[in-house]
Amino acid sequence: MNLDLIIFVVSAIVAIFGASMMIFQRNPIASVLFLILSLVAQAVLYIQLSALFMGAMLIIVYSGAILVLFLFVIMMLNLRASEDLGAPSSPISKTVKYLISFLMFVELVFIFKGGTGLDSAAVGIMSTPPDNFGSIEQIAELLFTRYLYPFELTSILLLAAIVGAVIIARRDSVEDAPTATETNEQQAIDEVQN
Amino acid sequence: MVPISAYLIVAVALFGIGVLGVMISRNIIIMMMSVELMLNSANLVLIAFSRVLNVVDGHAIVFLVLTIAAAEAAVGLAMVILLYRNRDTINIDRFNILKW
Repeated sequence: MNLDLIIFVVSAIVAIFGASMMIFQRNPIASVLFLILSLVAQAVLYIQLSALFMGAMLIIVYSGAILVLFLFVIMMLNLRASEDLGAPSSPISKTVKYLISFLMFVELVFIFKGGTGLDSAAVGIMSTPPDNFGSIEQIAELLFTRYLYPFELTSILLLAAIVGAVIIARRDSVEDAPTATETNEQQAIDEVQN
Repeated sequence: MVPISAYLIVAVALFGIGVLGVMISRNIIIMMMSVELMLNSANLVLIAFSRVLNVVDGHAIVFLVLTIAAAEAAVGLAMVILLYRNRDTINIDRFNILKW
């Protein structure tokens, strides 16, 4: 058994284990931590596929920023494991849900196996990558040439997300409070009436 | 060397777990995390194929997907906060005002 295979098997098992623990936890904080475990294992898989920069990005952006945002929200709402989530669903609906997701898994495996011709030697076996494959330099060059428009559009997306998040989550009392111009108008009307 | 189909099967398994999580979970935050998991499994497929084909395009697309995931998480969590403030719960079965 070579080292590559051992690293792959361990990180694949950890990734799948973390993901499945994530969906079965009742405590949302434990759930977030298991998702972080799964993402770190996935980052190992990325690095094994010579995507060093994207692996680092996965850890920094996903585990470091997005999931910490989830943690902040869970702690801010003060959710507990004992949160009342209603009666468990019936065994029939549960079985159907498991069956659907399992069928989806099988179907996707068939598609990948059949549609892409992955078993042929030309595609299935990876050649050694060219020098500095997946380096920051190469990715940046692509982002600023071929993917320039999508890259610039993400700035608009992020701006919309920031403004949208602030407007959605702000309290109603801010909306009800009179704005500065309204107060001035009210004062002017009062003065005229006096 | 590990063949690419092994990576693809891991990605598909993660996607299946994400689908299952969206369906069986009552907690809206865990549902959102399952959606993030599905996005990540698609990323793993992109990375694996760009390694096999020796092009970096897949990495650039994954970069854009990460941005979208961040934006989606920010807006989604703002909506969760608003829902919790209005209904005082995160149980997905209680959000049924629009149900006919």
